[in-house]
Amino acid sequence: MNKRSPLKILALCSTLITGALLLYGTKDFPAWGDPNSPASAHLSPHIIENAAKTTNAPNLVTAVLGDYRGYDTMFETVVIFCAGIAVTAILRRPRS
Amino acid sequence: MIWQFDLLILTLIVICAIGALSMKDLLSAAIIFGIYSFLMCLLWAEMGAVDVAFTEASVGAGVSTILFIGAILGTSRRSKD
Amino acid sequence: MKRLQEHFEVHDPNLNLIIQTSIRILVPFVQLFGLYVIVHGHYSPGGGFQGGVILGASFILMGVGYDLKKSMELFPEAWNIAMANLGTTIFVGTGLVCAAAGGLFLDYGALSNWIGIEPAAWRSLGIFAVEAGVGFTVTSVMLSLFWDLSSRGELDGGL
Repeated sequence: MNKRSPLKILALCSTLITGALLLYGTKDFPAWGDPNSPASAHLSPHIIENAAKTTNAPNLVTAVLGDYRGYDTMFETVVIFCAGIAVTAILRRPRS
Repeated sequence: MIWQFDLLILTLIVICAIGALSMKDLLSAAIIFGIYSFLMCLLWAEMGAVDVAFTEASVGAGVSTILFIGAILGTSRRSKD
Repeated sequence: MKRLQEHFEVHDPNLNLIIQTSIRILVPFVQLFGLYVIVHGHYSPGGGFQGGVILGASFILMGVGYDLKKSMELFPEAWNIAMANLGTTIFVGTGLVCAAAGGLFLDYGALSNWIGIEPAAWRSLGIFAVEAGVGFTVTSVMLSLFWDLSSRGELDGGL
């Protein structure tokens, strides 16, 4: 830490500038839980009204993850499976 | 959302993040990262995203900490950096 | 645990007894809770992923407290790979069965063409099948990640 290389100062500057830009970007976000924000104005009311009726699953998150966005969950599972296969293939050595 | 609670959790999260980054002892860094995950879980739960909080508590604080410890066993405990 | 203690220079023989006894008492409850989280995902927070991680963590706990051999007695290596495959196959197979029944891929309501209960009930069952598949895969993948990382792929001793 006592040796301040120029690369570290450069990294600190770029981190600070990126952070400031990101904070500036969040200024335009809708307020937390705003019912009129675009994300919760179009699709969310439909799902909230219909999900429990059409899927018999009172937990809306499970209904959305398992049914409405089934592809998403499927490829999430496939990604985890591939990660396990990759780690097994790289690390595991056959026992003699 | 209670802003005092938010402020407390966010301050602790920043302290934990800086602590985990600046720690020379990798085991301590892994444990502090687990604390960071638990605080994130608290923040999600407080914002109403209970499912995300559950995932964070089980994956972030539970399994990834033990995987970090398993990986530290394969290297040295001290970090040079 | 022995390797962990040697690595971190702790040599307390009593530590092992306390840890092993408490882990032996704790593990059945952790497994029960993991199954509850998978099965009860329709009604409460949770689902296949979280429940699978908790189930895997129970076997990891056995691996930490004893050694990898004990954890592989509970959950043999061949079963582990088979269950990871089985979970993914259940997920994709559910989608394909739905497609074969005349609907879209993963459209569980279409199964009411074959067995005439209402589509909402079929969707509930379909979500359950999918969550179970995710749970199988995640359980075995988490456990195999731990095995490989903690013993550097040799599957002996460990932590």
